[in-house]
Amino acid sequence: MHEMSLMEGVLQLIEDAARLEKFSRVTTVWLEIGQLAGVEAEAMRFCFEAATRGSVAEGARLEILAIPGSAWCAQCSAAVAMSETPAACPQCGTYQLRVTGGTEMRVKELEVG
Amino acid sequence: MCTTCGCGEHEVTIGGGAAHQGHAHAHADAPSHGHGGGHEQVEVHDHGHAAVAAHAPGPGATRRMRIEQDILAKNNAYAAQNRQSLAGRGIFALNLVSSPGSGKTTLLCRTIAMLETQAVAVIEGDQQTSQDAERIRATGAPAIQINTGKGCHLDAHMVGHAMEKLALKEDSLLLIENVGNLICPAAFDLGEAHKVVILSVTEGEDKPLKYPDMFRVASLMLLNKVDLLPHLDFNVDAAVAYARRVNPDIRVIRVSATSGEGMDEWLDFLHAGMATAQAAKRETVDGLKRRIAQLEAQLQGQPP
Repeated sequence: MHEMSLMEGVLQLIEDAARLEKFSRVTTVWLEIGQLAGVEAEAMRFCFEAATRGSVAEGARLEILAIPGSAWCAQCSAAVAMSETPAACPQCGTYQLRVTGGTEMRVKELEVG
Repeated sequence: MCTTCGCGEHEVTIGGGAAHQGHAHAHADAPSHGHGGGHEQVEVHDHGHAAVAAHAPGPGATRRMRIEQDILAKNNAYAAQNRQSLAGRGIFALNLVSSPGSGKTTLLCRTIAMLETQAVAVIEGDQQTSQDAERIRATGAPAIQINTGKGCHLDAHMVGHAMEKLALKEDSLLLIENVGNLICPAAFDLGEAHKVVILSVTEGEDKPLKYPDMFRVASLMLLNKVDLLPHLDFNVDAAVAYARRVNPDIRVIRVSATSGEGMDEWLDFLHAGMATAQAAKRETVDGLKRRIAQLEAQLQGQPP
């Protein structure tokens, strides 16, 4: 359940922004979560609600934007899409994929009032 | 709660005390942890009714604000601080991860006994009890226990505090035994040189497929308890193949803390890592000395 720690991280970023930009209410939070980041969107939603209770983001809508996973094949040099680990290269069939994208977890944008 | 950084929450204890006792590390150095840091990263861009929202926010007036920050930014900043502190002292640090019961602590005790060096320290992470740190201390090595309370992993902030309390030696080895959990610790950089995943042969050989994230971020897999193989139906080749499906670059060493099998190869890995960390420190120090000598020569070469 490190989704709870992650959501506490999200809340810290929101509270830092609230101090700097002087807003007192967040209505929407957009997160970008890579397909290969190893977290469950449903668990994140559950933890978001728990972590933001009593904060400027209490009751805010959570929008999770999925970032597609990508990889490079060390065998055939193809750049390919990758949606789960492990995966065989769709070009040559070997398990030689090195992940190049889709592990990120970012707070992208806020709607504040 | 610590008033400097707000740490010490969530029932975390380090060496039996609250996380923030003996507060000495420089929080001001940690990007985005300080108050007011990272302002330039918060870029406001308004949509439509921006001027109204900015100056006279009426009921229902909202604005959108671009943040674009990593959720793990704070942890990563602490990890960078830990890594810098370790590099400056030539310390080789490993983050040992596994499921509960893989034999991590026994393996560490045996490792420390075989290393025949005083220059090793251990950070033990568990949800509760200081039993593991006590087992390590019985070998003569300094150890500190972090109890994570409800937490499922160590983070770089806790480890930074534990490093202060341990008073690490120059050119030493730091072994961080993470909480037994094959999922959560994968996401948290502690400032280590490598993550080392320990899989015991009493577990299923398909664990790398079931918990791929941890095997993907580890540089080395220790296949532990191999002395039990004759009694088990465990396919070593399949386990290694599964780990390499997830991470083609992962190195594998078969070890047994009980019989001593493979321990030499593991110790060679540790000695090589320590030598690299020490050499990197010397290069930095030598480089600085050369630069100072150059500057002094320039000053002396200048006409009075």
